[in-house]
Amino acid sequence: MTPVVQAQNLGLTFPAGDGDIVALSDVNLTIEKGDFVSFIGPSGCGKTTFLRTIADLEQPTSGTLRINGQTPENARKDRAYGYVFQAPALYPWRTIEKNIALPLEIMGHSQAQQAERIKRTMDLVNLSGFEKKYPWQLSGGMQQRASIARALAFDADLLLMDEPFGALDEIVRDHLNSELLKLWDRTKKTICFVTHSIPEAVYLSTKIVVMSPRPGRVTDVIESNLPRERPLDIRETPEFLAIAARVRDGLRAGHSYEEVV
Amino acid sequence: MNRVIPILTILLAIFVFWYAAAIWMNAPWQSILNGRANLTNVPFLEFAQQTWAQDKPILPAPHQVFSEIWNATMGLEFTSRRSLALHAWITLSATLLGFVLGTGLGVILAVAIIHNDAADRSLMPWIIASQTIPILAIAPMVVVGLGAIGLTGLVPKSLISMYLSFFPVVVGMVKGLRSPEAIQLDLMRTYDANPWQVFWKLRWPAALPMLFASMKVGIAISLIGAVVAELSNAAGGGLGVRLLTGSYNGQTIQIWAALFIAAGLAAVLVAIVGAAEKFVNARNGVRA
Repeated sequence: MTPVVQAQNLGLTFPAGDGDIVALSDVNLTIEKGDFVSFIGPSGCGKTTFLRTIADLEQPTSGTLRINGQTPENARKDRAYGYVFQAPALYPWRTIEKNIALPLEIMGHSQAQQAERIKRTMDLVNLSGFEKKYPWQLSGGMQQRASIARALAFDADLLLMDEPFGALDEIVRDHLNSELLKLWDRTKKTICFVTHSIPEAVYLSTKIVVMSPRPGRVTDVIESNLPRERPLDIRETPEFLAIAARVRDGLRAGHSYEEVV
Repeated sequence: MNRVIPILTILLAIFVFWYAAAIWMNAPWQSILNGRANLTNVPFLEFAQQTWAQDKPILPAPHQVFSEIWNATMGLEFTSRRSLALHAWITLSATLLGFVLGTGLGVILAVAIIHNDAADRSLMPWIIASQTIPILAIAPMVVVGLGAIGLTGLVPKSLISMYLSFFPVVVGMVKGLRSPEAIQLDLMRTYDANPWQVFWKLRWPAALPMLFASMKVGIAISLIGAVVAELSNAAGGGLGVRLLTGSYNGQTIQIWAALFIAAGLAAVLVAIVGAAEKFVNARNGVRA
């Protein structure tokens, strides 16, 4: 079966006045269908850049990248993925249901299809009843759920999430994490999830990609043996803590804890 | 009530100041008149009333202006050449046509500028330069020039209004159409949206608040453009012509009446744009 994401010797360098910035260097990674992959590392390690490269929002400068066997550009034109940004990026002049309808309008779905998909995805993220509200009438967590619904609405098999819960408090975050796991289980989607929280990465993932900065590179790929069914208190089990310790070691090996002088 | 009292207080202060200024400014001429009529030792109160009732005062008193406005609108047939209502309508029609043309031109230029780097660099300097030319210098050339090729009346005046009112719309709309954040544009790219969709579903709604702000400025200076254009063609009528003939004949009351009508028109027009803005805002879920 074709892997969903396949990167070989992938590199990306941003030209800058005082020496180029190597955002990604020699990244090799394969993501299979149904994986939940977390990218973890300190800021500047290229985890967001890698996600944006998958989404064809950045262009690699070396190596190859295939999404479902296609170039990122063709995959984007195929609407192969839904992207959830750090901020909800809801359009303030649209109600929640109209925000979710946005990709459907652009992709030319009929009114009836739009209504059906809006209802289904709003149920999926537990936002039913808030269809006619404007974004400012919702809490931050609800806004981010709406943006997830928007990314799910057009049924792409791949979901790219760039620190979607980074701006939320821990209570809301825990709640959304467990909801996201249920959603992943129900929809069988492949999820790429950028985070800088070790517990979040370990709790969510089947595969954890540890990255480190200057130059941005992959230092470790950890397969998680935790069961798919994960109650929140799994975070106190020895298995969980062992994986978390390995992630921490990986970050340390990549000198992620060193202060920049 | 708490809002009405301050407004009334300011209004009262203006009237007190105005009546006092009228006494002070009209006093020299009134003294000469009284001297000719051999009136001496006029009591102050009577003298004040005389200064408020001159035919051609330097500064007319408020009641003189308002009675002139009343007589020249309600007291005359609309078709009369002396009807202020007729002249106001002539100016208003040029203002509105110029405003519509100016807003349209401004939006079109802004769209060109944000979509095309060359347009940005080549158009913007000319647009800014156009506004540094005094409108008083350009208006007669346009009106007389177009008159020479047989184009008179509404159109030349509207063109002057358009010349003034497109500018705030261009500047505002360029800013408004560029206001979407990077992630809002990235989002459109992940949907593989075409430029048309990016414009209508993102840039245009994001720019609407700026459009209304610029239209409020635009409609007010549109009126100024129409009035200034009228100064160059006395036969065409309009508030500008009333100002001009008033100043030729020393009819200060007529000048002030025309000024008040112009100011009132501008206030109403700006209020109408404001009401349209409120309506659109409500439909777009803007927090009240």
